[in-house]
Amino acid sequence: MKKEDVPQDESSLSKANIREVVYAVDKYGKYGKALSSGWDAKTIALDKSLELIEEQLQEAIRKIKQGELSPIAYYMELQRMDIVVLSGYVGFWQWKVKRHLKAKTFKKLSERTLKKYAEAFEISLEELKNPTI
Amino acid sequence: MKINFEHNQSAHCENGVVSNLLNYNGLKVSEPMVFGIASGVFFIYIPFIKVNFAPMFSFRPVPGFIFSRVSKRLGFKIKRHKFKSTEKAQQTLDAELSKNNPVGLQVGVYNLSYFPDEYRFHFNAHNLVVYGKEGDDYLISDPVMPEVTTLSSKELEKVRFAKGPFAPNGHIYYPTQLPNDVDLKKAITKGIKQAYRHMLAPVPVVGFRGIRYVAKRIRKWPDKIGVKKTNHYLGQLVRMQEEIGTGGGGFRFIFAAFLQEASVVMENPRLAELSKEMTVIGDQWRDFAIDASRLYKNRSKETDAYNKIADKLDAIALAERAFFLDLKKAVK
Repeated sequence: MKKEDVPQDESSLSKANIREVVYAVDKYGKYGKALSSGWDAKTIALDKSLELIEEQLQEAIRKIKQGELSPIAYYMELQRMDIVVLSGYVGFWQWKVKRHLKAKTFKKLSERTLKKYAEAFEISLEELKNPTI
Repeated sequence: MKINFEHNQSAHCENGVVSNLLNYNGLKVSEPMVFGIASGVFFIYIPFIKVNFAPMFSFRPVPGFIFSRVSKRLGFKIKRHKFKSTEKAQQTLDAELSKNNPVGLQVGVYNLSYFPDEYRFHFNAHNLVVYGKEGDDYLISDPVMPEVTTLSSKELEKVRFAKGPFAPNGHIYYPTQLPNDVDLKKAITKGIKQAYRHMLAPVPVVGFRGIRYVAKRIRKWPDKIGVKKTNHYLGQLVRMQEEIGTGGGGFRFIFAAFLQEASVVMENPRLAELSKEMTVIGDQWRDFAIDASRLYKNRSKETDAYNKIADKLDAIALAERAFFLDLKKAVK
């Protein structure tokens, strides 16, 4: 990549006033650092993957309203977690977390267990039980 | 307290931390040099590990390998600590800072307050340097950021004890006992040898064979898993290739920069020529990313489009095979 070809498209980085380092050659063929504000080809990829996260969140909300999933599923998606990450934060086995995602099991959970989830999501018990969705 | 630490923005966090820490300790090595000595150029496809609902593609070795390989090849030691207790983690950090020792930390990205929201994922193998403390604020040199920044002790604790895959557990590290003489030539040769060995490895999902394997999959994906999923997988590949930290072209440009620098140290003009070839390959990767992004933007229904970008990937695999065979000859 030549220095003059380093893309300077708008991106979430440039909006936060960050430019990233890439390596490119100058007109003498010598390598050095160059700054890029972003590149559409990868911004699209990032946007698409954020869209997917949003879709999953909406899917979770739908299933909670149908009484299938518990609010834990909503907060998990909202904070871009999956079962592996969430299990790390609450300190339960993954199969246990998986069960807690079901609305039926959620109703039977002890205060102590719920508290762990509330702490992991950094919300109150009330918010955990009654998410505003 | 503030240590007189020089912050150099770099493409990749781990290279950058290593290069900046070594510079502080009196060993001047650039980011590409660190990357090359550590045989950072790589490719692997792991279909059964899903990241963000897509298979894992990686253009670099496992996090942590860069520092350990560089230390082995340049002959210095690394001190590493991991913790169960958050208090102990902070005490150890404070103790090192009071000894005027800037340290590297492994952290999770999700709670890094200075990152734009779009980049906050539960990715736990980010690296930064702490070079001081003022009041309750730690002075942070994050190599991918243009300037130094700060994090409160609470914020720092959160990112040091992020959970999930690669959980850092407060991981702190710093070089000790730097040697007086460094045999750069020997280190470069070792780095290059491991690089071509890995890229030419007789494993179907690694190196140029891995790239070819992915090309084969791309031809089949639209029929097998549908266009939507295929596009998502392609998006993942492009992100791993181009996202912040790669220096562009799946780390290929950093490697080309390394070869150019190495050619001077080794007095081997062949390496400078190979640097140019690697640049061409990096450009091919960029072309591939543009074509792939067109596909997932327009959701093209024709399978021929997927065959076309698979052809591009096949051409890259062939080019990398030829390149690393030449590289093997060049350092013999």
